[in-house]
Amino acid sequence: MSKIDHAMHQLQSLEMLANEDRWMNRLHPSVKLFITIFYIVFVVSFSKYQLAGLLAMAIYPAALFIIGELSFKDALHRLRIVLPVVCMVGIINPFLDRNVAITLFGIGISGGVLSMLSLMVKGVLAVLASYLLIATTSIEKICYALRQAHVPKILVSEVLLIYRYLTVLLSEARRVVTAYSLRAPGQKGIAVNAWGSLAGQMLLRSMDRAERVYQSMCLRGFRGEFYPAHQGKMRGTDWLWFLFWTLLLVALRYGNVTELIGKLFV
Amino acid sequence: MHMADALVSPAVAGTLYACSAAAAGYSIYKVKQEDDPRKIPVMGVMGAFVFAAQMINFTIPGTGSSGHLCGGMMLSAILGPHAGFLTMIGVLLIQCLFFADGGLLALGCNVWNMAFYGCFLGAFLFWKPLVKNGADKKRITIASILGCVLTLQLGALSVSLETLASGITELPFATFAAAMQPIHLAIGLVEGLITAAVLCFVYEARPELLWGVSAGAKQTGKLSLKKTLVILGIAALFTGGVLSQFASNLPDGLEWSMGKVAGTDELEAEGAIYEKAAELQESTAVLPDYALKNSDSAAGTTVSGLIGAIIVVLFCVGASYAFRFFRKSSRKRSGTGA
Repeated sequence: MSKIDHAMHQLQSLEMLANEDRWMNRLHPSVKLFITIFYIVFVVSFSKYQLAGLLAMAIYPAALFIIGELSFKDALHRLRIVLPVVCMVGIINPFLDRNVAITLFGIGISGGVLSMLSLMVKGVLAVLASYLLIATTSIEKICYALRQAHVPKILVSEVLLIYRYLTVLLSEARRVVTAYSLRAPGQKGIAVNAWGSLAGQMLLRSMDRAERVYQSMCLRGFRGEFYPAHQGKMRGTDWLWFLFWTLLLVALRYGNVTELIGKLFV
Repeated sequence: MHMADALVSPAVAGTLYACSAAAAGYSIYKVKQEDDPRKIPVMGVMGAFVFAAQMINFTIPGTGSSGHLCGGMMLSAILGPHAGFLTMIGVLLIQCLFFADGGLLALGCNVWNMAFYGCFLGAFLFWKPLVKNGADKKRITIASILGCVLTLQLGALSVSLETLASGITELPFATFAAAMQPIHLAIGLVEGLITAAVLCFVYEARPELLWGVSAGAKQTGKLSLKKTLVILGIAALFTGGVLSQFASNLPDGLEWSMGKVAGTDELEAEGAIYEKAAELQESTAVLPDYALKNSDSAAGTTVSGLIGAIIVVLFCVGASYAFRFFRKSSRKRSGTGA
């Protein structure tokens, strides 16, 4: 599958997931956005040696995958971009930090290994949290939540418009690349003599499209403002969800819960 | 160059969010001042164009690899730096949400590293001065290449600095920067050439679409090919050679200056007042050195802690299945009742 096909497939599958009528999808977008950011902040705030605390933070994605009835396999696919970068940065730690930090079942584990593992866990948890947000919340709802959080109108409109025209322009890019590859079989990319004209033609067509988009928006009453659909007020369930996760995450971050539970068994 | 959430600490992420928000606030003010209602749809379509165009692989002659378009520089040259910057924010947010390219928390860093340098520095330092008195292909090429090289070099340097400030790697700054800068110099040159090719095409076909190019102005003093090559060579040498030297010889400016002044890399303070201040800092810190309070391990990770974490996760998984089961059965009951 080409890069463009893959991007289009990913956009389509996430949109379908977000538009399903499931319990998680019906939660208020502001709550989901807030908890996601709150969760990621807490995850990355753990020190590089606090692996135990970090592992306990896995309860959030674990619970949401189950409650939201989402496939973990689909989410794993997203890790292919993040994990190599994170591993590349962290892989050097075991060589530079060799002091034994803990002894686990008689085996000494160095601080470098702990910091490398915690970096990887942080990377995975943060990616899973943002996947859970976008897989249960459509971009329109996220934009509504951003407006509720007083993000400027112009930025929110921008995001919505880019998203709307993304599929259109990706289809166009696919047609252009297919047409080019049919005329230049066996060639891997776009040859240097066509660099300017190929993307340049696409750009000129995009500008003309933007003009037509503007005219049709004006005909439908556009006066410089773009309103994301209203998502209603927060219900009791939303507040409960918000309070439950906020308190649980705070307890896990500052309450040393894992240590206390572990001591009951060791 | 997209940074993942795991590579930044909350403090670094927050600082860069604040810097990017300030630049975005100023850009919004400038775009509003322009008072052009068609700007918003144009920005939206151009954002989608940059996204789609970055998916196209441009073959680099003589190598087996390919390069992509430089989004920041391209958007600035068409929309202007302010609208271009806002459009790049939209592109980066969508990349982060839908493609896991960069993290939500690291979005501020990514906006700064990729959008700010490309849109503002590239546009104001190179594009505007070079094309304001009339453009030609050479000027556009020089501005694009210099803009892209500077964007990528500063972006890569910022990634190293942000990772260092976040304290997540044991890798010394000098080594990290020395690995990042040369590779991004090559990428910058290629991206600059691709962007230049596209912008030159636009200049020939529809010059009025380019930002900052005065249509009526006469070209003053054409640049010869020799001069062009000399300027490009000096710029490449400066960014590659001088910046890499800076990275490898001066690993940490603060330590260097402290070493010069105090004869030691780290300052040590003694005395009752310092001890009191340290105690006060310890008791008031929200995340005291990012370590767990009351932990019996200096590392913050113990066997009981690890076992406890596994138990908590297993319990939560069980509880979530139970929640889902009860929800489904209550939904079934209500469905039957209706």
